[in-house]
Amino acid sequence: MSDHKQEALAGESFCACSADPSRRALLAATAGLGAAAGIGAAVPFVASFTPSDRARAAGAPVEVDLSGLRPGEKLVVEWQGKPVWILRRTPEMLAGLKTLDDKLVDPGSSAAEQPAYVSGEARSIAGKEEFFVCVGICTHLGCSPSDKFATGADSGMGEGWKGGFLCPCHGSMFDLAGRVFKSMPAPTNLVIPPHTYLSDTRLLIGQDSKGA
Amino acid sequence: MLTAKELEDKGRQALAWVDERFPLSVLYKTHVSEYYAPKNFNFWYLFGSMALLVLVIQIVTGIFLVMHYKPDASLNAAGVPVAFASVEYIMREVPGGRFIRYMHSTGASMFFIVVYLHMFRGLLYGSYRKPRELVWLFGMAIFLCLMGEAFFGYLLPWGQMSGWGAQVIVNLFAAIPVIGPDLSVFIRGDFVVSDATLNRFFAFHVIAIPLVLLGLVTAHLIALHEVGSNNPDGVEIKERKDEQGIPLDGIPFHPYHVVKDVLGAVVLLIVFSIIVFFMPEGGGYFLEYNNFMPYDQLKTPPHIAPVWYFTPYYSMLRATTSSFLPFLWLLVALIVGLTWRGCSCVWIRRACLLVVAGAYWGFFGLTLFGFTKPPFDLAIAGIHLGLGLDAKFWGVVMMGGSVMLFALLPWLDRSPVRSIRYKGVLYKAILAVFVICFLILGYYGTQPPSPVGNVVSQICTILYLAYFGLMPWYSKLDKCKPVPERLTWK
Ligand code: HEM
Ligand code: FES
Repeated sequence: MSDHKQEALAGESFCACSADPSRRALLAATAGLGAAAGIGAAVPFVASFTPSDRARAAGAPVEVDLSGLRPGEKLVVEWQGKPVWILRRTPEMLAGLKTLDDKLVDPGSSAAEQPAYVSGEARSIAGKEEFFVCVGICTHLGCSPSDKFATGADSGMGEGWKGGFLCPCHGSMFDLAGRVFKSMPAPTNLVIPPHTYLSDTRLLIGQDSKGA
Repeated sequence: MLTAKELEDKGRQALAWVDERFPLSVLYKTHVSEYYAPKNFNFWYLFGSMALLVLVIQIVTGIFLVMHYKPDASLNAAGVPVAFASVEYIMREVPGGRFIRYMHSTGASMFFIVVYLHMFRGLLYGSYRKPRELVWLFGMAIFLCLMGEAFFGYLLPWGQMSGWGAQVIVNLFAAIPVIGPDLSVFIRGDFVVSDATLNRFFAFHVIAIPLVLLGLVTAHLIALHEVGSNNPDGVEIKERKDEQGIPLDGIPFHPYHVVKDVLGAVVLLIVFSIIVFFMPEGGGYFLEYNNFMPYDQLKTPPHIAPVWYFTPYYSMLRATTSSFLPFLWLLVALIVGLTWRGCSCVWIRRACLLVVAGAYWGFFGLTLFGFTKPPFDLAIAGIHLGLGLDAKFWGVVMMGGSVMLFALLPWLDRSPVRSIRYKGVLYKAILAVFVICFLILGYYGTQPPSPVGNVVSQICTILYLAYFGLMPWYSKLDKCKPVPERLTWK
């Protein structure tokens, strides 16, 4: 055993001196003030971890031109650093959505994050069912699902596949309205961002539709 | 000209001068020339010094990489993220840069190989047991830091795997009830993985974690030298000493063990060089192919998997689905039941009661009190969902918890003997199953999700947990052999 340890064991406490009790209050006050100062000094450091003003300000609405988008095609734009998909669905695609209710976790999207003005199994603004606008980020852990638009057995997704999305990370499957299938890691349907149509071919993402 | 004799005198004087001011000789004696370690150290005892060597390699190569690397996610004139471009620059234009980078990336994998084997040695010889609990706990803290270091470092090249890997792991924290979503923003410093994230991960990777790591390694070794090494026989050599107080079965660290460790270092460096020169990507396991593409926030690569050393835990995360949870609760119930029967400690019994009460309240309590009709059933489901106590949350608990379980080993192992040499077939079989499960989990973690892989991972996850959870019972049941009084060696 080394010397310093024997000393430490010999004395009752770590302090070899005999303390003057009248100084105790002073000691406690110093320690208390020191601790308070320490906590105060930590504030700016902790605060610096939160998003900066610049990061908070990013996220202006993005305008998308839909004129070149053909039925069955998907467009990806960046909004707030995330992929936003605009899928122009064919009539068959839309018809497929109606047949899936019993395979989905939340066919009516009641627990989904989506604006009040989108509705129905197509999850779109009334009259614009053709277009599906959604944040292309899996609600599980945030990967971006891949397109699986081919249908039936040769899609590699099973016999009854009506087209949809497959997340490469942990295998969550979604239909063409971003609704998650049962017993997948993702808990909820894909998120639909605020969006509004400025004209028939101009879509604004990041701003709510008025009056709808 | 000085004669050899005079030179020696000068040297001695210089040393005496230092010793009066700094305990150089004392330190050297206590930790090197008069540190007595068991004479029967084998192969498994090489990995500690190897880990030190790899740590040095990582620090030195890291310093040189920082001289050329730029933690900057903005796009350069060619439209490539600056960080990604700076790594390509190191690889293609900095003289020798390619080798420095390959040494660092290979070093990371070597670090985990060495440390996993180092920890396995602990399981073989019961090195974690009294009085080495703190050696083990400092080791665990090192292991956690190492995982953090690897995770933060992996973002820096700003490739596809960097970005999406960070995205998934940071989002794990979002599964924590109540504070989760804010916490993940706090970690990223932004709402998505961005330049802010890259810069803070850089700070963690190059300075914060390495400092902590060095401190912990020092503490690990101080604790080890205080209690002395265990050995393949698990016999405490300090119990038998000669008149001078030197353990009969101990030999000085220098020169005897140093020579062995140098041999280990040479072998390690040979393997290391072969990888660095001939297979620096390690077949896509050490450097993943997708990471040779710059991070695209809009597109996840079709196959993403973490680097191999994280895959066992990643598999457990994936295995924890809602249909798997009942099996998990069954195991927990079994462990709680056995603990209640076998343990008379009041506090442990109270903890058992708490677990049972919590589970009862969670699953049946509200239902039994008659709150089964709408809107109460919805409210209950809402509480569960609102608290985030879904499979995703438990997956995160599983991933973190299964790493931390190692820390409990000193208190879970009740075997009368330390070393596997004197343990019975039961422990040998269970340890073999544990290792196989760990390897299978590791394998499936590198693969895309599949139904078979998922079921196999779930079985392995249960067995992994049972290795720890049931240890207090099987370690007592095991038929152990008598332990010799002195070390055995040939
Ligand atoms: C940076 C990483 C690490 C370094 C540099 C390191 C270094 C060392 C060294 C030099 C030794 C003595 C030589 C030997 O017994 O092999 C040792 C012993 C030991 N280490 Fe580590 N270690 C590291 C990580 C860990 C981890 C992660 C654990 C376990 C959680 C651990 C647990 C132990 C134990 C229990 C011993 C005593 C073994 C015995 O006496 O049988 N170490 N370590
Ligand atoms: S992130 Fe999509 S399934 Fe996990």
